[in-house]
Amino acid sequence: MLLAPYHVLDLTGPLGFLTGKIFGDLGADVIKVEPPGGDPSRRQAPFLKNGNGCRQSLYWLACNANKRGVTLNLENDKGRELFYRLATESDFIIESFPPGACAGLGAAYNELSRQNPGLILVSISPFGQEGPYKHLQGSDLEIMALSGAMSLAGEKDGEPMRVSVPQAPMWVGAEAAMGALTALAYRSTTGLGQQVDVSAQVAVMSALAHAPAFWDLNHVNPERAGVFVTGRSVLGAKMRVMWRCKDGWINFIIYGGTAGRHTNQQLITWMDEKGLAPDWLKEIDCNTFAVTNITQGEVDRLEAPIADFFAAVTKDEFLEGAIKRQMLGYPVATVADINRNPQLQARNFWQDVADGWSGKTLKYPGGFAVVNGQRLQIRRAAPCVGEHNEEVYLKELGLSRKEMAELQSQHVI
Amino acid sequence: MSLLEEELRKPTKPAFVGATAAAGRSESEDALADVKVVEFGAYAAGPCISKHLANFGARVIHVESRQRPDGFRLQYPPFKDGKVGLNRSGCFAFFNDSKRGVTLDLKNTEGLRLAHRLVEWSDIVIENMRPGVMARLGLDYESLRVRQSDLIMLSTSNMGQTGPHAPHPGFGSQLSSLSGFTHLIGEPDGPPYFLYGPYIDFVAVAFGGITVLAALDHRRRTGEGSYIDLSQFETGVQFIASAAIDYAANGVVANRDGNRDAAAVPHGCYPCTHDEWCVISCWDDQEWERLCHAAEQTRWLSDNRFANAVSRKEHESELNQLIADWTREQGAEHLMWRLQCRGVHAAKVNTVRDLFTDPQIAFRNIWQEQQHPELGNHAYRMVSYELSETPGSVRRAAPCLGADNEEVFVDWLGLSRREYEMLSEQGAFS
Repeated sequence: MLLAPYHVLDLTGPLGFLTGKIFGDLGADVIKVEPPGGDPSRRQAPFLKNGNGCRQSLYWLACNANKRGVTLNLENDKGRELFYRLATESDFIIESFPPGACAGLGAAYNELSRQNPGLILVSISPFGQEGPYKHLQGSDLEIMALSGAMSLAGEKDGEPMRVSVPQAPMWVGAEAAMGALTALAYRSTTGLGQQVDVSAQVAVMSALAHAPAFWDLNHVNPERAGVFVTGRSVLGAKMRVMWRCKDGWINFIIYGGTAGRHTNQQLITWMDEKGLAPDWLKEIDCNTFAVTNITQGEVDRLEAPIADFFAAVTKDEFLEGAIKRQMLGYPVATVADINRNPQLQARNFWQDVADGWSGKTLKYPGGFAVVNGQRLQIRRAAPCVGEHNEEVYLKELGLSRKEMAELQSQHVI
Repeated sequence: MSLLEEELRKPTKPAFVGATAAAGRSESEDALADVKVVEFGAYAAGPCISKHLANFGARVIHVESRQRPDGFRLQYPPFKDGKVGLNRSGCFAFFNDSKRGVTLDLKNTEGLRLAHRLVEWSDIVIENMRPGVMARLGLDYESLRVRQSDLIMLSTSNMGQTGPHAPHPGFGSQLSSLSGFTHLIGEPDGPPYFLYGPYIDFVAVAFGGITVLAALDHRRRTGEGSYIDLSQFETGVQFIASAAIDYAANGVVANRDGNRDAAAVPHGCYPCTHDEWCVISCWDDQEWERLCHAAEQTRWLSDNRFANAVSRKEHESELNQLIADWTREQGAEHLMWRLQCRGVHAAKVNTVRDLFTDPQIAFRNIWQEQQHPELGNHAYRMVSYELSETPGSVRRAAPCLGADNEEVFVDWLGLSRREYEMLSEQGAFS
C-alpha cells in the first residue's frame, strides 16, 4: 500500500473527514480523534436505521472508514499532553477548526515541529486560514454560494441550486489530500514539514470547469440555463442536456466536429431502426456537422425528433444502447441505478464491510483507484466512540491501565 | 460598516511559522522540483492533474499532434474575442498553464520513437486516451515498465481500464449524470439540472493527483513504480458515498430536494436587490433566534409555526416566503455581513464575474495573470491549497500548439540541432 509507513492524526470535523479517509484508503494509519462522548456530527441526519432504535450518521460512517478512533479532550491540560505524545509520533495532523479558534494549535505545531521537523499540518476551512472571510461561518450551502457553483445551476431566472448531498466537504477534503501529499513530496527530499492551508471556497471552484475563462477573456458572465447548456455555439444557441425518457431522464448533448461525429451517426441509425428518423435528419452529413456556429432555430429543429425518440426508451435501454453503439450520453442515474450498474460490479467496486456498532454488514463504495491491479481496500468500517483507546493509549503509547482509568474518570478520554 | 464588521474583515498575520522557517531557511523552493511529467491527454481530466503538479514546480510536457490537437483548442468556446483559432481557446488555456507543449505524430516512426524518449525522461506518465489506444502505440504500462521499472503511470478514463464498459467513450458532462450528481440537483418534482460542465472530471483530477503523488512517495522510498487505473465513474461515487450507503443499507433512494437540508431550517437561497441572491442557514433554535433579531422580525419569533426545528420544517415553504419577502429589499453582500456579524450562516451567491472581485479570492491570489501570445495578458486559476514554505504559483501561460518543441527536444532531451531539424523534416513533429 502506497502510504503504509505514515501516521495521521485526524482532528477534523465534517468539513475535513474525507482527507483522512483518503489517507486510510492509501494504507496510512489514521487515528480519528473525537471528544469524549463522540463527535457531535455522529448525530447528524440522515441516519443508518438500526433495529435497536439507535441512529448513526451515514455521513460519519461513509467518511470515517479506514480510520481507528480514539477519544481525547483537547480542551484540558492532560488531554493536550496526550495529544503532544500522539503528535510526536505522527507524520500528518489534519484539522478543520475555525481559523483562529484554536490558537493553541498553532503554538503546538511550532513546538512540535522542533521535535518532529517533518510534521505536516493540514488546515481545512471554509475560506482559508487568513483573509477577510476567515471568521465567516460556512456550511456546505454558504461555501457552494461563494464558490460560484450555485450561480451555474438551476433555471435561468430561478433560484440558484446546490447539490442535495453536500459537496463542499468532498471537494475540500479531496483537494486537501492533494495538498498534503505535495507537502510530503517536499519532505521526502528535505525532511521538512510545513502547513497546508486549504480553502473549500476555492476547492469548489474546480467544479466550475472553464466558466471563469468566459469572463476573463471576453467579459461574458456565464449563467445557469436550467436543463440546457450554453456556450457551445459562438452564436449563443442553447442546447438541451436533460431529456425525458420513459422512466426518468437522459443526459445527452448534440456535439459537433470529431467529438460528435460517431454519436450523431449512431443516433440517427438507432432512431431510423425505430422509424423515428425524419428524412431531413438522415441527410445530415455527420462528417462536417458542427455546433460552434449553429443557430437556435437549427438546434430546435434537430432536437424535436430526438426528444420523441428518447421519450420512448428507458434509462437502462439507453445505457445499453449507448454502450453497444459507442455513443456519448448517459442516463441520469439514481443511487439505486448506480448500485446495480454492471460495470461497477464487474470491477468489484462495492465492498462489504462489517460495522461493529450496528452489527450490520455495510456495502461501501470501494477504494477510489486500482493500483497495480489491486483495488484500494476499505479495511475497516468507521470506528465506534473510543474503539481504539486501549490499542492506542495502552499498547502504543504505553500508558498503564491505572493511568487510563484516571484519564477516563477525569473525562480526558 | 459596523465596528464588528470591520473587526471581522481585518486581515491578520499568519499564525503558523512551520518547520522550515523555524530552521532559518528564507528563500522558498518548489515542493515538486525535479518531478518530471509527460502527459498524453486532452480535454480536462488528464491535463488538469498535471496543472496542479506544475503549479508546485513539476516540469510537465503536454503532448499533442498537429493532426489532432487537444480537443479543447477548437471544440468549445470561449475563444478570445469570439474568433476560433488553435491558440485562442480559453478552455484549453485554463487547464494547461505552467506546462510545456509539444507536438508529436505518433503514427510516424520517428515521432513514436521520440514519445518513448519523453517517457524515459519522465517520472510520471499521465494519459486519458480511450482505453486501448496507448497499447496500440506500444505506450502501455506493460510495455514501458520492461525498460523502466520505476515508472509511475496513471490512466484515467470514464469507466476504468477493465470491465465490459471500459472502451466506452464519453465526456464528463454526461458521466456526471451516470454517477448520480445531476439526479441530486433541482426541485423534487422538477427536472434534474446540469452542473454546467464536466463536474466529475475535476473530482477525478483530485483523486488522480492524490494517487500519483502517493505513488511518487512510494517510489522514492522503495524504487518501485506503479500503474494506476482510475475510473472517473468510481471517483464520482466517492462524492455521494453517504447516499450510496443509505440505499444499500436502508433502501432509501436519495432525491433532489431544492436547497433544503435534513438538519437545518431555514436552509435556502433568497432573492436580493439587483438580481442577486443570498443563502441563509440556521442550524439550531438559537441561530434561528439570532436571524429573527438580525432581520428585526420579532413577529417570526412569536409565530408558533416557527417555534422549533420540527415545526419550521413543517412550514418551510411559508417560512422561505417570509424570508424572501425580507431579503428582496436587501443587497446580497450587505446581508451576508449583517447576518454573519450576528452569528448567522449567510453568504452572497457569487456569479462567475463576482469571483474576480471577491475579496477572499483576491486575498488568496487565486487569479494569476500571464502574457500569452494570442490571448494577451489574462488570468489563470491557482489551486485551493497553499503550502506555507513552498508556495505554488502559475508559472507560465498555456503553450501554443507545439510552441516548446525545440526547448523540450533539444535542451531537455539533448537532441542535436541537426537531429531536430532532420526529424522535423521527417514529420516527427507533425
